[in-house]
Amino acid sequence: MAAEAGDGKPQPGRRPRSRLIVRLGALLVAHSVLVSVVCCIAGSIAFLLLPVLAKNTYVSENALMPGSANPMFSSHDVVEANRFLKEILDRGSAKVTGTEIAKLIGQHVVDVGAELYYHKFHPHGNQFHPLHFFSSITNTMEMQYNSSCTLFGLNSVGIIRAPRGDGKEAIVLVTPYNSQNIGQSEALSLGLAFSIFSLLSRVTWLAKDIVWLAADSRYGEYTAVDSWLKDYHNPLFLSNSGKIGTGVCFEENILHLLDQLKVKGPGYNIFKRAGTMAAALVFKVIEKKEKEERDSLTIYAEASNGQMPNLDLINIVHYLAVHRQGLRVKIGSMHSLLKAAWLKFVGEMLQLFGKLTKHLNPKWKFDITSAEYVEGTATLASSIYYQALGVPTGSHGAFRDYQVDAITLELSPRFSLNNENNRSAFLLRGGRLIEGVIRSVNNLLEKFHQSFFLYFLTAPHKFVSVGVYMIPFALLLAPLPIVSAALFSGNDNLGVSTEKVNQEPGCIGSSDTELRSGSWKWLQAAKVVFMIHLWAIIVSLLPYVLSQFPLTTPITLLLVWAALSICILLIFYLIFGACSTHCGWELLKSVMIAAASTGLSLMSVINFSTAQIGAMLIVPMCLLVQPLRKQMQAGVCRKAVLVICNLTIAVVGFPPVALLIAKGVCEDFGKAGVGAFWELAQLLWSWNSATYLYLLWIHLPCWVLCLHILLYPCIGRSSKA
Amino acid sequence: MAVLRHSAAFPFLLLLALLICIPALVSGVWLNDDGGGVEEEGEQFSEELFLKPLPDRKVLAHFHFQSTVPPSAANGRHHHLFPKAIAQLVQKFQIKELELSFTQGRWNYESWGGSDPISSTNAKPPGVELWALFDLPVMEIDATWKDLTHALSGLFCASINFLESSTSYFAPSWAFRSNVSNLRYGALPREAVCTENLTPWLKLLPCRDKAGLASLLDRPSIYKGYYHSQRLQLTSTKSTGIVLKQTLTVVLKPDVQRNSAHSSLDKSIQPSWSVSSMFKKNVTGLCVPAKTSRIFFELETNMVVELEKLGYGDSWSNSIFDLSPNPVRVFKESNPLPGRSNSIIYEFINYSEHEPLDLGMKWKLPFIWSCSQAPFHVSRFLMGSGNERGSIAISLQSTESNKEFLAKSHGCNVQVLIFQVVPWYVKVYYHTLQVFIDGKPQSVSDVIEKIQVSPSEDKLFPGTLELMLRYPCSVQSVALTLDFDKGFLHIDEYPPDANQGFDIPSALVTFPNFHSSRSYVEDNFSINSPLLLKFQEKNVVRSYTEALLVPLTTPDFSMPYNVITFTCTVLALFFGSLLNVLRRRVGEEERLLNSKDTTRIRLIPLLLSKFSSKLKGRTDGTPKSSSLLGSKFLLILVAVLAVLWHYISN
Repeated sequence: MAAEAGDGKPQPGRRPRSRLIVRLGALLVAHSVLVSVVCCIAGSIAFLLLPVLAKNTYVSENALMPGSANPMFSSHDVVEANRFLKEILDRGSAKVTGTEIAKLIGQHVVDVGAELYYHKFHPHGNQFHPLHFFSSITNTMEMQYNSSCTLFGLNSVGIIRAPRGDGKEAIVLVTPYNSQNIGQSEALSLGLAFSIFSLLSRVTWLAKDIVWLAADSRYGEYTAVDSWLKDYHNPLFLSNSGKIGTGVCFEENILHLLDQLKVKGPGYNIFKRAGTMAAALVFKVIEKKEKEERDSLTIYAEASNGQMPNLDLINIVHYLAVHRQGLRVKIGSMHSLLKAAWLKFVGEMLQLFGKLTKHLNPKWKFDITSAEYVEGTATLASSIYYQALGVPTGSHGAFRDYQVDAITLELSPRFSLNNENNRSAFLLRGGRLIEGVIRSVNNLLEKFHQSFFLYFLTAPHKFVSVGVYMIPFALLLAPLPIVSAALFSGNDNLGVSTEKVNQEPGCIGSSDTELRSGSWKWLQAAKVVFMIHLWAIIVSLLPYVLSQFPLTTPITLLLVWAALSICILLIFYLIFGACSTHCGWELLKSVMIAAASTGLSLMSVINFSTAQIGAMLIVPMCLLVQPLRKQMQAGVCRKAVLVICNLTIAVVGFPPVALLIAKGVCEDFGKAGVGAFWELAQLLWSWNSATYLYLLWIHLPCWVLCLHILLYPCIGRSSKA
Repeated sequence: MAVLRHSAAFPFLLLLALLICIPALVSGVWLNDDGGGVEEEGEQFSEELFLKPLPDRKVLAHFHFQSTVPPSAANGRHHHLFPKAIAQLVQKFQIKELELSFTQGRWNYESWGGSDPISSTNAKPPGVELWALFDLPVMEIDATWKDLTHALSGLFCASINFLESSTSYFAPSWAFRSNVSNLRYGALPREAVCTENLTPWLKLLPCRDKAGLASLLDRPSIYKGYYHSQRLQLTSTKSTGIVLKQTLTVVLKPDVQRNSAHSSLDKSIQPSWSVSSMFKKNVTGLCVPAKTSRIFFELETNMVVELEKLGYGDSWSNSIFDLSPNPVRVFKESNPLPGRSNSIIYEFINYSEHEPLDLGMKWKLPFIWSCSQAPFHVSRFLMGSGNERGSIAISLQSTESNKEFLAKSHGCNVQVLIFQVVPWYVKVYYHTLQVFIDGKPQSVSDVIEKIQVSPSEDKLFPGTLELMLRYPCSVQSVALTLDFDKGFLHIDEYPPDANQGFDIPSALVTFPNFHSSRSYVEDNFSINSPLLLKFQEKNVVRSYTEALLVPLTTPDFSMPYNVITFTCTVLALFFGSLLNVLRRRVGEEERLLNSKDTTRIRLIPLLLSKFSSKLKGRTDGTPKSSSLLGSKFLLILVAVLAVLWHYISN
């Protein structure tokens, strides 16, 4: 068949027949429209099938052995946790200073026989630094302390040295608490953490050191954890000379503080370390409004730029929580999708299809119920959304920047925590769960490497691995180079393809003169594309300039940003606009598609989810776009369809609109305002999300070029026709 | 007996000779052991145990076994007490000095002391550490070292033989020992230490662990401790012969007997302990060959100071604690500074066969003291993250203990010697050495008195840094940083469990102007205990830093097949097309094609036509179009049939 089709056109001038690969390529190019339609549809279907293709998770690393030992966390430890909780609440109600709880924690840590120190940190504001993407290490930034001396947080850190360990590795436990206003649930998580910590100080099986970080979340959990990690990995030896301006009051502050912390012994302000971190667990107790039939555990795993912890870490938590402690494990899901009718319909179709295939061969496992499918899709959607956003879902994200696997566990009790019995049962479960996880990680000889790092979760116990979720993306991306080549190669093949979609061939230049002069014509198009990309880079840097000016409301900032960008675009048009109409829209489209596909494939390496979502928007836009004038020449029905398609895609493809829709789908349309985009952009750049770069460097120029092509004056060509 | 069978002529004569010889030999041995007069000539063995309560509710137990043998000319090859294996080792490898230590756990310099003789000589880095000083020409040393590592690894059931490769040992020039060229040093931080290493070590003792103090070594209780370091130290000279010191240092936590009555007091009172409760064993009998068998109990300086504050002086039985058998002797440390109290050592002698010496300490009241600290607390850590580069930082934090030193002389300087070995795959850039003193960067030449760097060579030598710092005593903190790149290893150079990371052995930090020597005043006797004599040696204060773990890039060992197939495919595609291009002659091909083109049939139709023609029983496949259609139809038919058959069969 292949040879037949390739041979469909006789070669001009009896040239020798080219090789098979080249011929196949030529064939694909010749049928680019068919290929792109098939690929896009297949890609979308494959994407919808992802929840069906999800596999059950399994603990891959044998050394972990979750649940193989009996938990040692007993009612005695629960009593201890309760006692600690009461003490905190007593102190907390007194509300003397913010350091009161730190003092209490310190006292207890020392009593247990562990090492203690306090870590002071300054909350650093969100600042836009254009060159800080992908580099989490920003030593110079820390030097600019301009905060007043009262503005600091205090983390209390306890370290248990493993009795017979060599101190090369450590496991980190993090409990964030608000030192200014501590609630019962936070106090309970501190109590739980302390009881586990004191248990671990007595056990004999420790091989790795245990670090307990009671993070002062007065200025946000992430800030506290991140600044501790920064000091752990990249300490500043220059610290004293760096803060000459505020040095005096800072020192006073320390002295005052250490007077307050009347814990005996030296060196409580000296930073101590405990080797390479093997894993970190952030856990907190949250009291939820809605009551469920079981205590539940919510796992948050997404770190910055869509990085995930090793799947084994989630596996052991899930295994222990479900099979040992009987907790209900949840991960984030998009609630709006749970009620979506179309999804339910798709689910039912799949169920039907599954039954059919099961009839044919019982070995084929497509059996998924409609409800399962809907739930899986909702979970998958939230998994993709949070990975694509590139913003960590909790303070565990700070660890991932240092290649430490970390997750946040959010425990929520079934009943009110005021009831003593319920609280004790809840503490016992939580304590045993965390003890089990620590014990498993402690068993680990090597660092986490056995299981997956690239995956989406469709349920706490189901995942889609990279090998599977690459397929839809690859299918979506595949038509781009083909169409680009087809457009570039121009005349004959394009004529065939345009006939198939019944477009008027008149607009397409096919004269031999053009062929001869046109061999370097693509440079003109490339120049236009390059200019637009340059403009996009300038636009992406504008917020840095804007953040220097004292503008306050997000709406004004957004408007100024938009106005400036449009101005610069107009200037670009005025300067270079002359050439842009010379080069014919096919070439422009071809170069644009080439640029977009390069950008998408690069992005898929950095953050796959962003690339996946981006591909679903960009690819149809790139493939469908045609000058409106040309579309006018088609038949009425076709014209209407084409115009509507193009316009809707052009609207949806605009990054702010796309973001607003995404936000609206997952949260609420009501909250979405005009200023929301600025806030979102600010969020993205303050978290160094690569999504920001993608949106402004790849998506935006692509969209602008599409608009350019849509409004392309096709005069030169049509006159030829 | 063999002699008897062999020569029948003189059986009685020989027997007689033997009979005469044996009692003489035996009596000679006893004479040597018992009589003090001939001490210097014979072989000797002594066993001692040193106990000390630690401030963090733990107890330090330090076993010290010492055997000596006079120069070999006197005894020939035969030994009565001295282990033959060691003597052979010394003779064969011409060892002047050797020290081998097996350690599990870390010495806690902050709460177990940093400047007393025990911590500065017996605190060792985790894993195995071996150094040896040879009495050989420089050329032969490396070969001898390799043989020695193999011999020792056989002797102690440990993988000391990994130290044979030149990447893992090094010849320090002055930072470890002053100016010696025939010293070799190696460390294996990952070596696990267990009973299989202890058993051969015990075999070197004349009574093993059957009698004497060594009988206390109950495996579960000593390996349950917080620190366990077994050490073997050899010194051999022409004049004194070989001295073998075997020490075992353990830090144990006595079990707490909870009394429900005073639970609140119990928490703050140190747990009472006795030798039998800690080791779960009693001293069973005497080790007869041992010249001395004693237990020492030390109250350290700060403890005595605290006790004197409470007005209890040096009594061993006061309202704070009780020592259960009364000590035989009391040694007091003599201090150059008058008017200060010093540490006290109580001596207990294990001389009774039937009454086990069960030294015990019973605490009655809460008591808090701190231990003697090294002048600076040393810690070393890695900075940075990722698989590309990082830095090593060594930080020295001043402890309070050098305050008195500071008060003594103004304008004094502290000297610090740092000895650091780094494996070759951690490529340290020594020019990036930065020194911060009290948070201010210092130019390297101001602070460093002496430095010697030998950069690593890939797969050949480790890099070493020997460095002497000098700075004023008033300095609170010093930090050194060195940047490094992480190297790549060849696939077969990865150790098992490569994903754990790679170890950098502990650095050794020495304080040359601080000494840990003690001198004791005693009532009437001269001190003849080897342990106390060792305490009196002038040793510099030294401390080891933590071992570090560097994560390196590790290939995915579980997927060699994937990697091989993938790379092979890529290579095949590349070379295939390259060769194709190189080989092709365009003109000729064109000619060939032109001649053939008219008759040529393309591959797939040809195959299809052949296939269909065969099916139809024809021999030639000329009617192309019809056969093609037929074959398509046939294919579809076959597919439908297959599906149907599948469906029915299931």
